[in-house]
Amino acid sequence: MKRQPTNPLLPPRAPLLPPSARSRTALGLTLAAAAGRFALQVCEDCSATQYPPREACHRCLSARLVWRDTPIGATLLAATRVHISADPYFRAHTPWRIGTVALDCGPSAIAHLHDAVSLGQRVRMALRLDRSGQGVMLALPEHDTPEDKLIREMSCNPDQRRILITDGRTAFGQAMARAFLTAGASQIFVGIADPWKPFPGQSDLPGELVPLDITDTTSVRQLAGSLGGRVDILVNTALHIRPGGITNRPDLITAHAEMEAGFFGPMRLAQAFGPALRARAADGPFGACAWVNILSAHALAADPAFGASSAAHAAGLSLAQSLRAELRPIRVVNALVGPLDDDWHQDIPPPKVAPAALAIAVVRALQDGIEDLAVGDVARDILARWHDNPGQLARELAAS
Amino acid sequence: MSRRAPYDGVVAAVPVTIPYQRFSIHGAHWWIGRALHTLLADAGLRPKDLDGLCVSSFSLGPDTAVGLTQHLGLSPRWLDHIPTGGASGPMALRRAARAVQAGDADLVACVAGDTNQPDSFRRMLAGFSRFAADATYPYAAGGPNASFALLTDAYMRAYGATPEDFGRICIAQRHNGAAMPHALLKSPLTMAQYLAARPIADPVMLFDCVMPCAGAEAFLVTRENIARDLGLAGVRVLSTIERHNAFADDPIQLRAGWAVDCPELYAMADKTPDDIDLLQTYDDYPVIVMMQFEDLGFCAKGEAPAFVRAHDLTCAGDFPHNTSGGQLSMGQAGAAGGYLGLVEALRQLTGRAQGIQVPNATTAMVSGFGMINYDRGLCTAAAILAAA
Repeated sequence: MKRQPTNPLLPPRAPLLPPSARSRTALGLTLAAAAGRFALQVCEDCSATQYPPREACHRCLSARLVWRDTPIGATLLAATRVHISADPYFRAHTPWRIGTVALDCGPSAIAHLHDAVSLGQRVRMALRLDRSGQGVMLALPEHDTPEDKLIREMSCNPDQRRILITDGRTAFGQAMARAFLTAGASQIFVGIADPWKPFPGQSDLPGELVPLDITDTTSVRQLAGSLGGRVDILVNTALHIRPGGITNRPDLITAHAEMEAGFFGPMRLAQAFGPALRARAADGPFGACAWVNILSAHALAADPAFGASSAAHAAGLSLAQSLRAELRPIRVVNALVGPLDDDWHQDIPPPKVAPAALAIAVVRALQDGIEDLAVGDVARDILARWHDNPGQLARELAAS
Repeated sequence: MSRRAPYDGVVAAVPVTIPYQRFSIHGAHWWIGRALHTLLADAGLRPKDLDGLCVSSFSLGPDTAVGLTQHLGLSPRWLDHIPTGGASGPMALRRAARAVQAGDADLVACVAGDTNQPDSFRRMLAGFSRFAADATYPYAAGGPNASFALLTDAYMRAYGATPEDFGRICIAQRHNGAAMPHALLKSPLTMAQYLAARPIADPVMLFDCVMPCAGAEAFLVTRENIARDLGLAGVRVLSTIERHNAFADDPIQLRAGWAVDCPELYAMADKTPDDIDLLQTYDDYPVIVMMQFEDLGFCAKGEAPAFVRAHDLTCAGDFPHNTSGGQLSMGQAGAAGGYLGLVEALRQLTGRAQGIQVPNATTAMVSGFGMINYDRGLCTAAAILAAA
């Protein structure tokens, strides 16, 4: 697939969503898809795997159904190319292939079919978020998965897309620009506040430097006015994490800066860039597709040593949850990170996240269609503990 | 299994069809009301004479049969609401038959009706079932076209059916339906036209699909002596079956519940497939017709393609099938599609066909199939009927 210049005479494609209504139970598929896992309900009493999602086991009627990672092998039993669809989103995408697969773990499933799978073949199942943000079944070739129309639609591959990185002053903002260049981005815009001020790494920073200060409404609006229609993926790298709790700071000055970077800045960006991003979300395989937030894993539960920062990131996480509702079909990716290996975490012992590792993880998540990721050992540990028991995690951190 | 009591002394009578319309400005209540009004007029009864009511409808919501009693001014002492779509006709018959046989009711009106408005079909698909919302509608939203395309694809691979085999069923039905005064689709269909039709969801093509429409069907179930007193021509019920979610472990549907209950269906009626003078199957889509030929014992599993090549399925043929043209000709008026074959069989067995009368027909089989809840149809039912 090659990006073609868009014909300005054609009417814009409306950012339609595929059907998004699901039962509450079925959202387990969405949670798994967002994290790039393949999980189904399994009965704790009789071990039967369930699909579609249920409230009671279809073998023994037990209500003890838990979501577990399950084998991804399956056999394709039947296939169809749907030419006529009742739904406006699919009408814009027909013909569309679906099939019936027999999962190795038991049930049969209706799945979207990759171009390269054919009847009787073994397939590899994946759960992916569709453009409505709900988890759906994909049947992929057993071994390698060349990018086809389906994969392109269900992921946010930066290849031949235009990227805005909001802050290029930091080491990880710069690493992000390099990672997107490697991933084949067609254009990279790197925001720099106060461009007259020199900064380390400036000379080998790829991409086009653009003036952007996310703490300044005028700056954000001006850039959106000139760039808004040309950004396909927006990555907010403007982090402001400083040590310090609540009572051991003398005033609100640092906390204001943290909230500016963690909440008001993203809100300014969303107001200025969000509508144009969403409006261009149906522009074919190269259209706008993703919004990326980098958040401290302590957005989930506060680290008292970084108390005000944690609060700012909790606000940012909450903002991102609302953005998911407002920006669909745009994917809102939340990358949770532990302490970065930067000047503001000097006294934190390793493991810390290297800027390049964070950048590579974000690019890979976009390529794989993942919306929730934890980068680094500390963030993964915090997320695992949060999944286990969020209340306990908060108590644990407060007591440490 | 204990032998079931026969349906002695029970008849079904007064076949009613309210002519279908592609779209209607009226609600389901209107269509059902029209059907009951016609049924009572044809039977020479007043509304207060009805003491039993059985209803099937997809578009009656939020009402059920309960709301209809007040809406239509009825006060039955026996009430049922059957949500099984294409299997609702034979199921209504067997429930009502037991009610009148036991004396819980004397005159049961069985009615199915639905309206159809622009966009109502899409809305019904989107909210058809929990499994559909969670696990099929988000997959291209092809509705039953896509679900049956997958079943047709699997069937063709398993048993070697060809598009021409399916075409034979559709063309014979279109021939039968052409004689029906109210069929929505009655222009003749050739094999060349059938095969050249536009694809809907491969391998399903345009003429495999029924047309959603508005309409209603009804019949009356009562005891033989009451029918005689009213001067109504009745049809006897020899046997019935129903089954839900059969063969749940089959990875894809190549057979359905009839295959479980078919021996009992014939045994209870003391009939064999050779005794059946005409067959009314549920015909949405032709692959499911083939499955009924097999699972109801007219040929072995996998041999329906050869069966349709060897038989003439028109009213004048050696295997009269879907003698009113079925839903493929008449249209699919929602749940009324589950009644259409039964109402047609009542007409044929009482010598009052609206289209082509099958000569000397005394025994008929009616079969129903309903509810693609997820990846397969869950409800099957069938009945063997005999002229009184």
